[in-house]
Amino acid sequence: MFSKILIANRGEIACRIIKTAKKMGILTVAVYSDADKDALHVHMADEAVYLGASPSRESYLVSDKVIAAAIKTGAQAIHPGYGFLSENAAFCRACQQEGITFIGPPVEAIEAMGSKSAAKNIMEKANVPLVPGYHGEDQSRDIIKKAADDMGYPVLLKATAGGGGKGMRQVWSEAEFDEGLAAAKREAMSSFGDDTMLVEKYLTQPRHVEIQVFCDNHQNAVYLFERDCSVQRRHQKVIEEAPAFSMSEFLRSKMGESAIKSAQAIGYQGAGTVEFLLDVDGSFYFMEMNTRLQVEHPVTEMISGQDLVEWQLRVAAGEKLPKTQQELTINGHAFEARIYAEDPSNDFLPATGQLNLLKTPLESKHVRIDTGVRQGDEVSVFYDPMIAKLIVWDESREKALQRLAKALREYRIDGVTTNIEFLYNLATTDAFINADIDTGFIEKNHDAIFHQADEKQNDELLTKQLPIAALYLVLSLEKKTKELAKLNNDPHSPWHMTNAWRLNEAHNHSLTLAYNDIEYAINIEQKRQASASYYIITTTSQCGTNYTVDCQGEIEGEQMTVTIDGHRSQSIVAHSDNSISLYQERGVFNFSQIHPDHGQNNDDDNHGGLTAPMNGTVVSVLVTSGEQVKKDQPLVIMEAMKMEHTIKAPSDGEVNEVFFSAGDMVDGGAELLAFSALPLKASLEEK
Amino acid sequence: MAKLISKINTRSQDFLDNAAHMQVQIDDLRDKLCEVKLGGGERSRQRHLDRGKLLPRDRVNALLDTGSAFLEFSQLAAYKVYDDHVPCAGIITGIGRVSGQECVIVTNDATVKGGTYYPLTVKKHLRAQAIAQENNLPCIYLVDSGGANLPNQDDVFPDKEHFGRIFFNQANMSANNIPQIAVVMGSCTAGGAYVPAMADESIIVKEQGTIFLAGPPLVKAATGEVVSAEDLGGADVHCRTSGVTDHYAQNDHHALEIARSAVKNLNRVKPVSIDFQHVVEPEYSSEEIYGIIPKDTRQPYDIREVIARIVDGSNFDEFKALYGNTLVCGFAKIYGYPVGIVANNGVLFGESAEKGAHFIQLCAQRKIPLVFLQNITGFMVGKQYESGGIAKHGAKMVTAVATAQVPKFTILIGGSFGAGNYGMCGRAYDPRFLFMWPNARISVMGGEQAAGVMAQVTRDKKEKLGESWSDEEEQAFKKPIVDDYEHQGHPYYASARLWDDGIIDPADTRQVLGLAISASLNKPIEDTKFGIFRM
Repeated sequence: MFSKILIANRGEIACRIIKTAKKMGILTVAVYSDADKDALHVHMADEAVYLGASPSRESYLVSDKVIAAAIKTGAQAIHPGYGFLSENAAFCRACQQEGITFIGPPVEAIEAMGSKSAAKNIMEKANVPLVPGYHGEDQSRDIIKKAADDMGYPVLLKATAGGGGKGMRQVWSEAEFDEGLAAAKREAMSSFGDDTMLVEKYLTQPRHVEIQVFCDNHQNAVYLFERDCSVQRRHQKVIEEAPAFSMSEFLRSKMGESAIKSAQAIGYQGAGTVEFLLDVDGSFYFMEMNTRLQVEHPVTEMISGQDLVEWQLRVAAGEKLPKTQQELTINGHAFEARIYAEDPSNDFLPATGQLNLLKTPLESKHVRIDTGVRQGDEVSVFYDPMIAKLIVWDESREKALQRLAKALREYRIDGVTTNIEFLYNLATTDAFINADIDTGFIEKNHDAIFHQADEKQNDELLTKQLPIAALYLVLSLEKKTKELAKLNNDPHSPWHMTNAWRLNEAHNHSLTLAYNDIEYAINIEQKRQASASYYIITTTSQCGTNYTVDCQGEIEGEQMTVTIDGHRSQSIVAHSDNSISLYQERGVFNFSQIHPDHGQNNDDDNHGGLTAPMNGTVVSVLVTSGEQVKKDQPLVIMEAMKMEHTIKAPSDGEVNEVFFSAGDMVDGGAELLAFSALPLKASLEEK
Repeated sequence: MAKLISKINTRSQDFLDNAAHMQVQIDDLRDKLCEVKLGGGERSRQRHLDRGKLLPRDRVNALLDTGSAFLEFSQLAAYKVYDDHVPCAGIITGIGRVSGQECVIVTNDATVKGGTYYPLTVKKHLRAQAIAQENNLPCIYLVDSGGANLPNQDDVFPDKEHFGRIFFNQANMSANNIPQIAVVMGSCTAGGAYVPAMADESIIVKEQGTIFLAGPPLVKAATGEVVSAEDLGGADVHCRTSGVTDHYAQNDHHALEIARSAVKNLNRVKPVSIDFQHVVEPEYSSEEIYGIIPKDTRQPYDIREVIARIVDGSNFDEFKALYGNTLVCGFAKIYGYPVGIVANNGVLFGESAEKGAHFIQLCAQRKIPLVFLQNITGFMVGKQYESGGIAKHGAKMVTAVATAQVPKFTILIGGSFGAGNYGMCGRAYDPRFLFMWPNARISVMGGEQAAGVMAQVTRDKKEKLGESWSDEEEQAFKKPIVDDYEHQGHPYYASARLWDDGIIDPADTRQVLGLAISASLNKPIEDTKFGIFRM
C-alpha cells in the first residue's frame, strides 16, 4: 500500500479522498490554486503544494505542475478525483513515465472510452446494446444530418469528447438541426478543444441507470449495483438514488453483467461507471463509460457498505478486490442531492458569492454530507459551483426520501443563491414520491416544482403560507426586540413593545410580501385575550379580494407553530434580510419582504445598458457600435462555469457602445454594452 | 407588597349595567375618532395621494420603528369648535419611537385646510413642544403646511402663546440639547419657513417640499417677479444653493428614512435612575374597570378596585390607610416603574388633604413619579370644616402638588370640580400628561350645584322684591344651566380645547401611564424645593 498520495483535485472530492486515506494511514498531499489557498482540502491534507493562478487551465489542469508536485513531495500515487485530469490519457501516461501510480484505469481504457464514437464501436463488437446512432468520423454537416433524418427526430447531438452535458443539444425537428449543431460544436470547441459530433436517437421517456463496476488486475470484476440518475436538468444530474426503483433482480444482473462485459472489453481496472439508457420496456442501451469515480458514488457506498475510494487505493496498489460478487448485497436505499450555487428560477444560472451562513443537518448513520467548503468560504467563478452533496440512507425508499426532505429543510445557506429549495420542492412532489421518473422529470413537473399556482394553491397561499410568513415577521421582531431590550438601560419600558399600539385604535402591522414576483399587501391586527396575543391577518389578492384568518403562533428557533382558524401546524422558517423561506410538508415557499421605494437611483439607471448576469468570460461579441438590432437578437455570448449564456436585445434598438471584447473576464452586474431602445412608435412603423 | 383583593362580582347586574354604559361611551368615542382620523375627507386625501405624497398618518407610521407604539395627543382637538371642520386641529402629535429613541412627532395634515394653523392648531403644536421640553424628547416636525390660517390671524399670530412661540421653543430646546429635526414634505410658507430653518437638521423632499418667506403670488404682487414654487424654494434650491436644508430626499419614504438616521446619530442615552423591576400584569383584567365605574356618578365605589386593575401584580402598599381615608395614597409599580398613587375616594377633608401633602412630599423626596386618579367633587364645606382650617389644609396639598418636581401624571376618571382639581394636579399644575376617561366631567362645580347656587341667589332676589317663583319656574331656570355645564364639562368639549392631552379608554390606562412614565424618564428627576406650608 502507498504511504503517501497526491490528490490532483479540489473541493469536496479532494476532501472525500483525504478522509479515506487518513483512515488507511496514508499521508496526503493537496494541490491548490490562488483561489484555493485557504480551502478546506488544503487544510485537511498533510501537505499542500501551490500550482498556479485560479483558472483551472493554469493550475488544476496543468499536468506538469501536478506531477512536479508529486515528485517534490514523494507521493507514490496520484488520485485524480473526477473532472480535471481524471480522464486525461496524456496525464495518465505522464504519471506512468515518472513512475507514479495513477489511481484509475490504464491509459488504453481511458483512450478507448475517451471518444464516445470509438467507445460505441468497441461496445458494439462486445455485444453491448447501443442506441441507434451515427458515430462516424465523417463530420460533414450533410452526413450527420442524413443520419439524423434517417433515425427520425428527436435526436441528440453530442460532442464525442464531451461529458457533463456540455457540447450536447437535443434537436426536435429537422428545422432546428443547423442551429443545434452550431451551438453544440461551439460549446464542444470551447470546453474540450474538439468539436467532433455524434448523433443518436433520442428516447423520449428513458431513465438514466448506471452500473458501478470495479476490476482489479487479477482478472476479478464485480458490479456494485445500479444508480438511477434520471432526474437531470440540462443533462446534469440533480438527485441520484440507489438502488433504482422497480428494478427486478433479473434486470439488475443482466445490466450488471453487461457492464462488466463492457469493462472487460477494454481491459478495465479500478472504478468505472457504465451508463445505460433504460427504456420503459426494460430494454437498455449503452451510453458511455466513465473511467473514474463518479460524483454520485456515495449512494452506492451507502447501500453496499463499501468505501469505493478505499477499493480504488487497494486496486491501484495491486491488491485484489475486497469482495466478490456473491459477498456484495444491497442494504436499504440512498439518495444524493447535489447542492449547487445556482438560481433555479433563472434557468439554473450559476451563482457566486460568499457563504455567509452555512448550517448543515447533523451527520449520522442516516445523513452524510460531502463538502469542500466551510462557512465564510467563497464560491468563485473559477470552478464548478457545487457546494456539497447531501446523502441520506434508510431502510426503504420511502423512509430515505423522508430523511432527504428533512435534511434539505435543515440545510441553510446564506450569501449565495442555491438550489436547496428547488431540491426540496422536487423531492416533495407527488411524482418523485411515487417514483414516476424519467430524464424529462424536471420539465414535466415544472409547475409543481416551481409552484406555478393553480386556484387551489392560490387560496392556500393567501390563507395559509402568506399569513404564516407575515406572522413570523411580527413574532420574530417581537423576539428580537425583547432580546435587545435586555441590553437597554430601561429594559422593561413599554416602548420596547412591538405591537404597533395606537391610542383608541386597532393595532395594525402592515407589510408587503412578494411571492413569485407578485406582491401581496398584508395587514396584521394584533389583539390580546387573557394575556395571550392573537392576530387577525388579512391578505389581499392581486384582484383585490381580501382573505382574513385568525392566527396564533409562536416561534422557537426556526420552528414555528401556528394555529390558523383553529388548525394547528408546524413549519420551519428560514429568515435572512428580506427573504423568508417557509418549509412545509409539500415544498418550500420563498417570500421576500418589499420595503417602500426610497426612490434612489431613479436618476441614474436609465442608461439602458445591458449587464452581465454573473461573473464570467465574454465568448463572443456579435454586434458593433452603432449597429441596429432587433428584439431578442443575440448581442453577446458569455460563458461561466462552462455554460453559455446569450445576452439578447431587450427590444428593437441601437447598440451605442460595446465595452468588452471576446476573452475578457467580466464581473456579474458589469455593463456589457450601451443600448438605446428605439421609441415604440418608430419600431412599429418599421414593421 | 400587599396585594389588593377585588370584591367585585363581575356577574352582578350592576357590574353588567355599568360595563354596558361605559361601552356605549367608548364606542361613541371610537366612532368620533374614526371620522377625525380621516383628516380632510376622501377628496382631499385622494388629491394628496395623487401628488405622490404619503398621508400624514402613514408618514408617522413610516417614521416610527416597526411595531412601535404611538402615544397620540389630543385626537379630538378642535372638535366642533370652529364653523370649519378641522379634524385633529389639522395636526397630528404624539410620542413614538424612532431609531430606539422616544421622540415627539409633530405632523401637519395638509388634507385639512392645507395644513394651515387655526388657533387650536397652534395650541396643539405648542403643547407637543411643551411635552418635548418637559420630558427632554427630541422633536421631529413633518412639515406640510400653508402657515397661519389667515381668517383667524388675530388668534394665531400676535400673542405670547401664538405662532411665534413655536420658533422660540425650537431655539430654546435646541439650546438645551433637545434635538429639532424638520422634514419638509410639502409647503413651508412664511412663518412656516422657520420650522426647517430653525431646526438642527432639516430634510426636504424633491418636487414636494418648498420653503419660502413669500410664495410665488406674493412675490409677483410685491416685485413683479414671476417664479415657480420649485425654483423659488424647492429642494434643489435649498440643498444646493441656499443651504436652508441639509438633506435631499427622493420621496417621502426616503425623507423619513433620513430622519431616522438623523435620530440614530443623536448620541442620546436615557438617564434612567429609578429602581425598576420586572413587569407583572395586574391580577385583574383592565376591561373590568368598565363594570366598576357606576352609571350613576353620585354612587360611591372603592377606588382600590381601579388601582388593582392598573398596577403591577395588583400590588399596592397603602400609606396612612386608616387616616383621612377619602384620599387613598400608596406605592405601587406600573410597568416596573415605582409610582406614588394619589386617588380620590370621596370628598376631601382636612385630614385627607394633609395626608396627601405628606405623601407627595415622600414621593418628591424619593423621586418617585406621582399618579393622580382624579374623581373629586371638591373639599368638604360647612362651618365645622371652615373653622377646622380646611382652606389651609387644602393649601398644603396644593402647595405640595404645585412644587413637587417629580413627573406627575393625572387621569380624570370621574368628576373634576372646584378646588379639588387643584389639589389633584389639574391642568394648571403642570402634570407631564393629563388624560380623561370618557365618563369624566370637568367644571368649576357640578351642574346641579351651580344651578342650585344660581337659583338660590335668584329666589333670594325675587323674595326681596316680594315676587313669587314657582317650582316649575325654578326648574325651567335651572335646566339650561345644568345642560350648559353638562355640555361644557364633557370630555369632548374639554379635549377639543386642549384642557387635556386626550381621552383614553379606561382599559388602556395602564398602558398609557406606562408609556408616559417611561417617556418622562428621558429627563432626570430634579430635587424639589417646596413652598411654605401653612401650618
